[in-house]
Amino acid sequence: MALDVKLGVYVVKDKETEEYLSIDRMEEAAKEEKAVVFKMVENLTSPEGEELIRKDIEEHGLDRILVMDRSYRAYPQYFDFGTEILVERVPLKEWVIWSHDPDDDPDDEDENHTQRIAEDYLHMFAVRLQNIKPPKPEELKEPITYAKNVLVLGGGVAGLRSALDAALAGYEVELVEKEAQLGGWAAKFGKSFPTRPPYDKLVNSNVSELIEKVMGNDKINVRLSTTVKKITGAPGRFMVNLQNGGEPEEIKIGSVIQATGWKPYDATKLGHLGYGEKNVVTNIQFEEMLSSGAIKLDNGSAPKSIAFIQCAGSRDKDHLPYCSAVCCRASLKHAMQIRELMPDTKVYILYKDIRSPGQYELFYQAAQNDPGFFFTKGEVVNVAANGGGLKIDLDETLLGDQITVEADMLVLATGMVPTTKVEDTVAATVEGGESKPDAKVEETTEDGKKAASGAEKGAKILNLTYRQGTDLPTLKYGFPDSHFICFPYETRRSAIFAAGCVRAPMDTAQAANDAAGAALKAVQAVELVEQNRALHPRSRDLSWPNFYLSRCTQCKRCTEDCPFGALDEDVKGTPKPNTERCRRCGTCMGACPERIINFENYSVPSGSAMMKAFEMPEEDMEMPRILAFVCENDALPALEMAAQKRMKFSSNVRIIPVRCLGSVNLVWITNALDAGYDAIMLIGCKHGDDYQCHFVRGSELAEYRMGNVQEKLKQMSLEEERVQTYSIAIDEWHKIPGLFEAMDETVEEVGANPFKDF
Amino acid sequence: MPDNGAAESRLKAGVVVVGGGIAGITTAVEASEAGLDVVLVEREATLGGRVARLNHYFPKMCPPSCGLEINFRRLRDNEKVEIYTLSEVEKIEGSEGNYTVTIKVNPRYVKPWAGDYTEWAKTCPVEVEDDFNYGLCKRKGLYFPFENAYPSQWIIDASVVNDPKFQEWVKECPDNGIDLTEQSRTVVVECASIAWATGWKPYDASKIDLLNYGKHPDIVTNVQMERLCSHAGPTGGKLVKLSDGGEVKSVAFLQCTGSRDENHLPFCSGVCCTASLKQASYVLDQYPDADVHMFYIDVRTPGRLEDFYQERQAIEKIQLHRGKGIKVDPVDGGLEVTAENTLTGELKKYTVDLVVLATGMEPATRTEKPPIDAELDELGFMVQNDDASGIYGVGTTVRPLGVAETLQDATGAAIKALHMARRS
Repeated sequence: MALDVKLGVYVVKDKETEEYLSIDRMEEAAKEEKAVVFKMVENLTSPEGEELIRKDIEEHGLDRILVMDRSYRAYPQYFDFGTEILVERVPLKEWVIWSHDPDDDPDDEDENHTQRIAEDYLHMFAVRLQNIKPPKPEELKEPITYAKNVLVLGGGVAGLRSALDAALAGYEVELVEKEAQLGGWAAKFGKSFPTRPPYDKLVNSNVSELIEKVMGNDKINVRLSTTVKKITGAPGRFMVNLQNGGEPEEIKIGSVIQATGWKPYDATKLGHLGYGEKNVVTNIQFEEMLSSGAIKLDNGSAPKSIAFIQCAGSRDKDHLPYCSAVCCRASLKHAMQIRELMPDTKVYILYKDIRSPGQYELFYQAAQNDPGFFFTKGEVVNVAANGGGLKIDLDETLLGDQITVEADMLVLATGMVPTTKVEDTVAATVEGGESKPDAKVEETTEDGKKAASGAEKGAKILNLTYRQGTDLPTLKYGFPDSHFICFPYETRRSAIFAAGCVRAPMDTAQAANDAAGAALKAVQAVELVEQNRALHPRSRDLSWPNFYLSRCTQCKRCTEDCPFGALDEDVKGTPKPNTERCRRCGTCMGACPERIINFENYSVPSGSAMMKAFEMPEEDMEMPRILAFVCENDALPALEMAAQKRMKFSSNVRIIPVRCLGSVNLVWITNALDAGYDAIMLIGCKHGDDYQCHFVRGSELAEYRMGNVQEKLKQMSLEEERVQTYSIAIDEWHKIPGLFEAMDETVEEVGANPFKDF
Repeated sequence: MPDNGAAESRLKAGVVVVGGGIAGITTAVEASEAGLDVVLVEREATLGGRVARLNHYFPKMCPPSCGLEINFRRLRDNEKVEIYTLSEVEKIEGSEGNYTVTIKVNPRYVKPWAGDYTEWAKTCPVEVEDDFNYGLCKRKGLYFPFENAYPSQWIIDASVVNDPKFQEWVKECPDNGIDLTEQSRTVVVECASIAWATGWKPYDASKIDLLNYGKHPDIVTNVQMERLCSHAGPTGGKLVKLSDGGEVKSVAFLQCTGSRDENHLPFCSGVCCTASLKQASYVLDQYPDADVHMFYIDVRTPGRLEDFYQERQAIEKIQLHRGKGIKVDPVDGGLEVTAENTLTGELKKYTVDLVVLATGMEPATRTEKPPIDAELDELGFMVQNDDASGIYGVGTTVRPLGVAETLQDATGAAIKALHMARRS
C-alpha cells in the first residue's frame, strides 16, 4: 500500500542526458508518480546539488528524494539528509546511459528503448520510495538493557589474551576455564621460539606473566573448573548457564569468544611410526621430560642420539590431512633444548618440508648451524626396535635412495586437533568435506527440538539452545574457522567468535594476535547491538525484520533457512525471532510463503510494487521485458563496473537490487510473470564449497527455491527457461552483458509471456 | 568517507592508520565500527594496496575485489573514518597517547564531484608507466585507478601536470572537474596512537644476478603474473608470452627468488609457495597441456593450505623439483632455467616459454622508516609488542603473512587502538 509521501525527483542535466533523454517525458513520469518537485540539475552530484535539494526539502517538506545521476558507490558523500528523509540513488549513468545506445528519437514510442529504461527506473524507484519507511528499530521491539561484557571460554594463551585485551579496552570479562588453572598447553612448555630479534635463540615462555596480568585486572572475573552448560538468548542478552561443581549459575553476557584450543593427535594411532615401542614418545611427552629437567631413556641412561619424525599424523590422509603448522618449529626448539642439556647428543630431524615462515627462517638457520643436528628429507617407511635403540627407514630422500637412521630415542612430532572435533571423526570428515551450507540433516537436541547438523558432529562446548545446533558450525576437519579470507572473524553465530588454535593450527604468538582480533570483534559486537545496528557485512544497518506472526502457518522455512541461526521455534513451530542475532540479509523474507516477514525499508510488497511500477509494453510492440534481481554485494557492483567500461546491455532488462538472492520471495516470481515479464533472472554470488555469498547460504538457497518454481511454471504452462539463476564473481563483470543477451535470445525462442496482455 | 577537501585542517581522532591496503582498511573499519574516530592515510590514489592488484586469492580462487567492495561499502557511509588518499605522513610529534601527526595531502588535480572521463581520456595524448600493472603497460596521464577503486575518482598522474601537450589537451575537459593548479595541503591530526600498515613491496628481482630479470619480457615476477592473468590486466586476462604474443606451453616457477637468501631477504616470505601453486592453476586453466615446473627448497603450505598443495601435487602436469633456480638464459626456443639440487649440488637444465620469479615480500619499512622512533628488526620489519604502545605495526609490516592472517592481525591492531584511545 503506497504511503502518502512528498517526493522530489532530480535528474542530472548534462550533455549525455540531453543526448539520451526526453526531458519532457521524464517530467511527465515524475508527475505520474505525484512528485512535488521535478528538476533537471547541472552538476547534480556535488555540494551545490545537495544544497539545492536541501532547500527544496525545507521549502516543500519533501520526505522522499529520488536522485538520478551516478551510483551511490561512486559518490557516497552526498545526499545524506538524515534518517527521516529516504533517498534513492538511481545510477542513471551506469544502468542506462553508459550501458545503452541512445534512441534515434526518445519521443518515438515504438523505438524509444533507452528512454523507456530511464522512465521505468524513475517509476520503479519512486514506487519503492512510496512503499518503504525509515527503519525505527526502537519501535519494533521491547526496550532492553544490553549487557556489554564478554565471555571468554578457555584460559590458554588465546583466552588470556582475549580477556586482557577486552578488559584493557574497558569491558568486563568473564573468563571461564574448565581446568583448575590458567595457562593451557603453553604453560606446560617452558621455552618458546623467538618472536623478537635476533630470532635465533629460544625465549622463556611469557604465559605466567600473561596470567599475572589477567589475575591483576579488576575487570576480569576468572572462573576455574567451570564449564558452560547452556547458552540462550542473543547478542547483548545471552544468558549463560555455568557449571562449577555445585549449583549452576546464570550470568548475562554481551558477546562470546571461544578460545578452547586444541588437543594433541592421538598417538596410539601412530603404531606404524613406532609409537608403543620403548623410547618412542610424542613431542608433548618430550615437553614433559624437558620440564622435569632430564631426558632419559627407558633404562635411565641419557640418549646419545634422538630422532624426530615430523608430520607424525599430520599431512597424512589417513590421519590429519592438514599441516599442523607449529611442529617444525617445536622440533627445532626441542633440538636446541637438547643441545642445552646434552652437548654431545646427536639430533636427527626427519622431515618432508621444514616450514619456518617469516622470521622463523632465522631460527631454522640457527639450528642448521649446529653441527650435531642432521636434517634429512624423506618419507618414513618403517620404524623398528633395534637392539636397545630404534631403526628408522626413509624413502625418497634427496639422494634418491633409501637410508636408515639409528637413534636411541624417537620423538613423534604430532599435530593439533581442535577441541571442537570429536577425534574419531577426523579422518571420516575428509570424505564428506566441509559441512554443507544446505545441510538438511536433522538431529534432535536435548530439549527435544530438531536441529540442523553441521555443528552436531563436533564436541558440545558452547551448548547453545539454538534451533540450528549447539555450537559454531565447523569447516573441514572440525575447525570453526571463518570461510572468508577477507573476513577472518566472520561467523555464522552472531557475536560468537572463535580464536586461537581451535580455529586453525597456529603457534602461541599467532594465537595471541588472533585473540586480540577476536577481542575487538567481541567488543564491537556489543557496541553495535546496543545501537540496534547489524554486524558485518551490513554493518551499522538499522533495519529489522518484522514478523507478522498472527498469519504464520508454522511451516518452519524461515527457521531452517536463516544462515545465522537467528530464529528459534516454539513447540508449534512458530518462529521466535532473535533480532540481535539477525544480519539483515532477508533470507527469512525470501523463505516465507505467507510473506509475513518484512523490513520497514525492504519488503515483499515494495518489491512487488516496483516491478509493476511502469506500463508493460504490449506484445506486438516487440519490447520484451526481463526482470533481473541482482545481488547488491557482488553482482550489482560487477554490473556497474561493466557499465563503466561502456559494455552494452540488453534494453529489455529491468533491475531490482536485492540484499541477497536469499531474500527473493517466490511471490516476486509469480507477480512478475503475472505482470507480463517474459523472463526473470536472479543474479547472485558464487555458491558451492568455495562459496562467495556474503550471507553464506543465500545464493544457494535461491537456486534451490527456484527449483520449486519450475513446478509452478509447468502448472502455468510456461517454459522453465523463463526463470534462471546465475552466480557470478565480482571480477566476472565482463560476463554480465552476455547473460542478458542470452536471456534475450531465450525469450525470442520461447516467445512472449502469454499472460502479458491480460 | 573521503575527506572534504578543506585547504588546511586540524582534527582529532582515536587512531591514525597509515597505509590503505587491506590491513589498514581492516584496522580502520574494525576500529570505527567499535566506536573509534579514525583517520586513514594512503599514499596512492585509492585504497586497496597490493591485494587490489591480485587476480585471485588462494585457496578459494576468489577475487580480492569481492572483499574490498564489502569493506568499501563499510567505509562509504561511515562518518567515523576520514580517508586521505594521495597522502603521506610528514611528521609525528608527541608521545604515546598524545601524538600530533602532520599529513601532506597531494593534489589529485581532479575535483571530488568531477564526472566520468572514460570516453574523453581515450584521447589523452600523454602516457605514463602503469604501476598498477607493475610496468607491464602504459596508462593515460588521466586515469581511473581500477574497476572498483575507492574513492571512485579519476586522477591525473603528477608527472604529466607540467607537460604542455597535456595542459593543452586538458582544456577540452567536458566539465570543469579538472584543476591543474591544485596545490598540496596539510592536515594535522591529534591522536592517541598510530597503526603503521605500510605493508610490503615485491623484492626487486633485478638485484639477483643470473636471473636476467628485466632483460627478457618472458621473465616476469609473481606479482606481474597476477596482472597477466587478470581480466582487467594488460592482456585482458589471456596469458601469453609478452615477447611475441604466443601461447605459453611451459612455465617455470622459481621459488625463494630473493627470499631465504642471506644476500637478499634472509627470511621466508611465507606466501610464495602457495601463490605459485595458485598460479600453476592459472596456467593450466588456460593451457591444460602446458608443462609447469616448480623449483623449491621446501613447500610451505601451513594449516589447511596443505589441501591446496596436495590437490596440485596430484596433477601430472605440475612437476615439483626440489632445488633452487639459479640461472635463467634466453636460448633458441625459449628460456633455459638452471636449477641446482641444494643437497647434491647437481645442476639440471630445463627450457620453458615463461619464467615466473616467486619474489618475496620486502617490508616497506625496510626502505622507508616511519618518521618517529619505532623499533625495527634488522630485516626492516617493525617489532611487535604484546601490549599496546603508541605506535604499532600491522600485518606484513611486522612479518610476512597471507591475507587471512594479516587481517587477524589488523583486527587485533584495532583493539590496541581502542586501548590507547581509552587510556588517554
